[in-house]
Amino acid sequence: MIRARLPVLVLLVWALMALLAQQLPLAPDRIALEHILDPPAAGALLGYDDLGRDIAARLITGAQTSFMVAVWVVSLSLLAGTLFGTLTAYRGGWWDRIAVLVVDIFLAFPGILLAIALAGLLGPGIDNVIIALTVVGWVGYARLSRAQVLSLAHREHVQAAEALGSRRGHIIRRHLLPLMAAPLIVEATFGIAAVVIAEAGLSFLGLGVQPPSASWGAMIRDGTRYMLVAPHMVLAPGIAIMLVVLAVNRLGDRLRDRLDTRLINTTGGES
Amino acid sequence: MLSYFLQRLSGACLVVLGVVSIVFLLIHLVPGDPVEIMLGESASVADREALRTALGLDRPLQVQYLNYLGNLLQLDLGTSIHYRQPVAALLQARIPATGLLAGVTLMLTVLLALPLGILAAVRHNTLWDSGAMGFSLLGVSIPNFWLGPLLIMVFSLWLGWLPVSGQGGAASVVLPALTLGTGLAAVLSRMVRSSMLEILHEDYLRTARAKGVAPLRVILHHALRNALLPVITLVGLQLGALLAGAVITETVFSWPGIGLLTIESIQSRDYPVVQACVLLISVTYVMVNLLTDLAYAWIDPRIRLGVHA
Repeated sequence: MIRARLPVLVLLVWALMALLAQQLPLAPDRIALEHILDPPAAGALLGYDDLGRDIAARLITGAQTSFMVAVWVVSLSLLAGTLFGTLTAYRGGWWDRIAVLVVDIFLAFPGILLAIALAGLLGPGIDNVIIALTVVGWVGYARLSRAQVLSLAHREHVQAAEALGSRRGHIIRRHLLPLMAAPLIVEATFGIAAVVIAEAGLSFLGLGVQPPSASWGAMIRDGTRYMLVAPHMVLAPGIAIMLVVLAVNRLGDRLRDRLDTRLINTTGGES
Repeated sequence: MLSYFLQRLSGACLVVLGVVSIVFLLIHLVPGDPVEIMLGESASVADREALRTALGLDRPLQVQYLNYLGNLLQLDLGTSIHYRQPVAALLQARIPATGLLAGVTLMLTVLLALPLGILAAVRHNTLWDSGAMGFSLLGVSIPNFWLGPLLIMVFSLWLGWLPVSGQGGAASVVLPALTLGTGLAAVLSRMVRSSMLEILHEDYLRTARAKGVAPLRVILHHALRNALLPVITLVGLQLGALLAGAVITETVFSWPGIGLLTIESIQSRDYPVVQACVLLISVTYVMVNLLTDLAYAWIDPRIRLGVHA
């Protein structure tokens, strides 16, 4: 039972750290020169970094960064991708063909390569990270919702609604979207894990949030210069990222089993 | 086969044209004046105008676009602002390092994923299975910008077995390849497992076993061959993830490949090089996918003939 609740617990802690970071009496930017690179001790549970800042405090503010970015990117991508995929697939014909080409073009940029280039050109900053990751992220939802619409459009209740002369928007809202919700939610859950890794990755490359704002990825990057003397600098943020990602993935697996999205998924005619 | 080939080829060409267009537009997304950002505020007006003319940024957008396409057709990727040499030459110097890294990683991935996946499938629902799948879940969840430093910490700093970073000698490729390959091996072993599980219940395998074929031969010769079909597609798709992951992994290990060049040129605001790197990686990815599809169709006639099993 404890095993089953662990992912939820991890995610709860993550969300709480993110939401309460402003309220807590933290000083993530306070520099204590006498503590530079100090290992974990009673006063500072995770030790200090290369500038003498409290790593635990920075970890909590970093949680805020990754949570904010994840929530924004996944919501925006989900909205844009679903709208795009659903509308074009339901219209069909040339709309659908062009939409598929657009999706294919975006998918031709492997992984977060396009996000790296975009974030690099737009300059650092949390809003640019959100823009860059959304530009990359919406495609997956577009593709998924297209496949869903293609398989759902032949269902009897949709055809009945069409025969009754329901309007397109009405059919999409009342007859398609409710049935597409389950697979999209599962996809969005896994999307959170991907965005957390991507944000940390961009910050690791120096393309994420601006210092002195904290990000787990930037903390790892700072830590790599002091691995021999202060391994805790790399370990703490890395474990945080991995716990969140593992928890999200476990949750996604469980949601998928619970919502049993496979039934619809396998019939989607994806080229 | 020929019509399928032409159809896939024309599709890939359209996608490449789209990719080129997006890459072309990237430089116009830079907030403010890209020339000013590239040269810095201290540059003289004459220098700025010279660069603006050299990049063609003073001309109308559609003229710039056509010029860009025309130059690309002649493999002219422009001139690096930072290195002051043709971008194509820069790329050429960096491609072997990334190629080596990708090759070793792919080999490592397959060597790791095949035995793990087979083991998990053959010993389904045992400790072997859950162990292999636990590794797989862990592998997907470890970002390579953390795995890399961890491996450096353990194998270079504490044990002193392998070099920390850079390229030199055969040993230097081990840690980058391991970093890059773990995530891929995790995904791939899952795929091998599920694909093997589907096939292990087939009648022809029971027949083979009943004939008295040695168990290992049944698995490797009869089952694996058929299970590998979907795996091949995945390897093709994964090569893209590998190339994108190389950007981060090469940065971690200062591996002098295309990925590191991408990040270096972003930092030095050398936009023509950034464009070229993104273009090279993406077009390679499209080509690999095309080749995978064609190989797949060649192996499995049901696909090229459009027959659904």
